[in-house]
Amino acid sequence: MPTDTSKVHIGLILPDVLGTYGDSGNATVLCKRLEWRGIPAMVVPVRISEPTPASLDLYVLGGGEDDAQALAADYLREDAGIQRAAERGAVVVGVCAGLQVLGTSFTTSDGVVHRGLGLLDVTTKPGERRSVGEVVVQPDPRFGRQPLTGFENHMGASSVGPDSVPLGQVQRGTGNGDRSEGAVRGRVLATYLHGPVLARNPELADLVLGWVVGHPLPPLEVPEIELLRQERLARRRAR
Amino acid sequence: MLVASDLPWRTRFAITAARTAATLSRRTGRGGGSMIGGRIAAKLDPHALQHLARGRTVVLVTGTNGKTTTTLMLSRALEALAPVTTNGDGANMPDGVLAALAANTEAPFAVLEVDETYLPWVAERVDPAAIVLLNLSRDQLDRVGEIRKTEREFRSCVEKLADTVVVANCDDVLVASAAAASKHPVWVSTGQTWRDDSVACPRCGRAVRHHPQDEMEWDCVCGLVRPKPDWVLDGDRLTGPDGVAHRLQLALPGRANAANAALSLATATCVGVPLPQALGQVRSITAVAGRYQRVPYDGHAVRVLLAKNPAGWYETLPLLNPGDPVVIAINAREADGRDPSWLWDVPFERLRGRRVIASGERATDLAVRLRYAEVDASAQPDPLRAVTSLDAGPVELIANYTAFREVNARLGDAD
Ligand SMILES: [Zn+2]
Repeated sequence: MPTDTSKVHIGLILPDVLGTYGDSGNATVLCKRLEWRGIPAMVVPVRISEPTPASLDLYVLGGGEDDAQALAADYLREDAGIQRAAERGAVVVGVCAGLQVLGTSFTTSDGVVHRGLGLLDVTTKPGERRSVGEVVVQPDPRFGRQPLTGFENHMGASSVGPDSVPLGQVQRGTGNGDRSEGAVRGRVLATYLHGPVLARNPELADLVLGWVVGHPLPPLEVPEIELLRQERLARRRAR
Repeated sequence: MLVASDLPWRTRFAITAARTAATLSRRTGRGGGSMIGGRIAAKLDPHALQHLARGRTVVLVTGTNGKTTTTLMLSRALEALAPVTTNGDGANMPDGVLAALAANTEAPFAVLEVDETYLPWVAERVDPAAIVLLNLSRDQLDRVGEIRKTEREFRSCVEKLADTVVVANCDDVLVASAAAASKHPVWVSTGQTWRDDSVACPRCGRAVRHHPQDEMEWDCVCGLVRPKPDWVLDGDRLTGPDGVAHRLQLALPGRANAANAALSLATATCVGVPLPQALGQVRSITAVAGRYQRVPYDGHAVRVLLAKNPAGWYETLPLLNPGDPVVIAINAREADGRDPSWLWDVPFERLRGRRVIASGERATDLAVRLRYAEVDASAQPDPLRAVTSLDAGPVELIANYTAFREVNARLGDAD
């Protein structure tokens, strides 16, 4: 268990189970954006069958296929490390399957209902068809100004209940399925967007990092990222 | 080439029409011709595949990585006995498979690379003597979707084939689970250590256990267990069921090619080629569909390598010559998968300190990935312009599927 309190510890949760869509990239992005500002940080991978330390500052959960997602949910529910951490105010970021696992329940394509971790007021059922493609989301002003760009690939239709709010509204793509996208409650934030989402959306990365360090972070100039955002968002206008 | 006279008239007509279309397509510069030819044949005679395969020894090769190489190795090995027809161009959809069978109706052997999605469809029609199952990992996430579904489809496919030998990589959990349903499995330990895609057991969804002392051994509480290998590859040494070890000594580099060779040799032996003879044939391969050989271009010696997913990169990174500059070309077209998120699962950090150019249609996605890997890279979307911008000398050019095809075609034109 990490004891070095001078560093920000970023938990990469079950990279071996929930890591299908380049999800470790989100942890890499968070870590580097801290380091580049002179804030020491490290990624702590927590693999299946290892206990999840409740002492980390930030937890990142990624995507996975049905079986893997059910396995992860069962494991994390029992382990309860993330839930304890969230209770004391740690930041949790979930992507795709991670969003569904953080919710109260999700139904896999075989019709089985699984309990989630209950950190978000979200229930997910299989949608009518698989949603695959580029997504553009206008975030709720509390969570950012710049449009979010990402790639979605999921079957789930998620509904956000009164104890959470959507991360934003879909301008292109499917998201939760009702024009809303993602969910936030306190410092728990989740989205369907891959890309990875934090690589494509530095403002969102810095929002959650601001929650961790306790103050807003000054912007970082990274020309490649600006160019990537222009390319991805220009495609939207071209359509 | 003649059209065998014992084929039904409908199939003969379909083949003739397909060949005409293929020739036209090649002449008009629209492509290799095999796809359009196959499409026409299938339309004119829906049973063409059955008819064309009848009476021949057909071997199918499938899996995520290594299909084209293994298909080439196996056809070379079988050529030691008799003529072979094959889709060496990598056209591995039903059209391409049909075109390969139609291209030479006299060859007693057919070695056919088949796209994972179409294995059951093709196998049902050609009644294969053998199927080679290489590996299953994430590839084209948005297209193929769930590899676990592919595993289930493979499983029910091989279960139905009572007389087919299934030569399978027992170090790949998903492949082993599928091939265990076969009545005639031949197990090859390829020494594969890529496990990121098989953490949850394909049979029961629980976590697969890896033996703490022996990293090759694995099992699951549901009873799925790593099969005992008949063939074992250990570094460059391949030991067959008779216990005799042979050095592979391939001209092709890397562990992945040694694994492909082990599976090819095991299969060739099943079909009746004596191992030393098969090995001699496989050793003579120096390039696979434009890969591995050095091509002169504008004062550079360009080595083109294909890596289209994290498992492929895992095998490709160790092949790179230390010190040589690297051009990486990434596209995200339909055939590549539209989502290039997988780039974040490749340990590009290992390229730190090298000269690297991010290229291809998704050069910017790659440039961002490399920035976060703290690799000092520039970007140039055109891979050959990227090569030109480097000092004269050797260049490693690694590309994913459609980028690779484009680079190869342009290098071929430049020759
Ligand atoms: Zn199992």
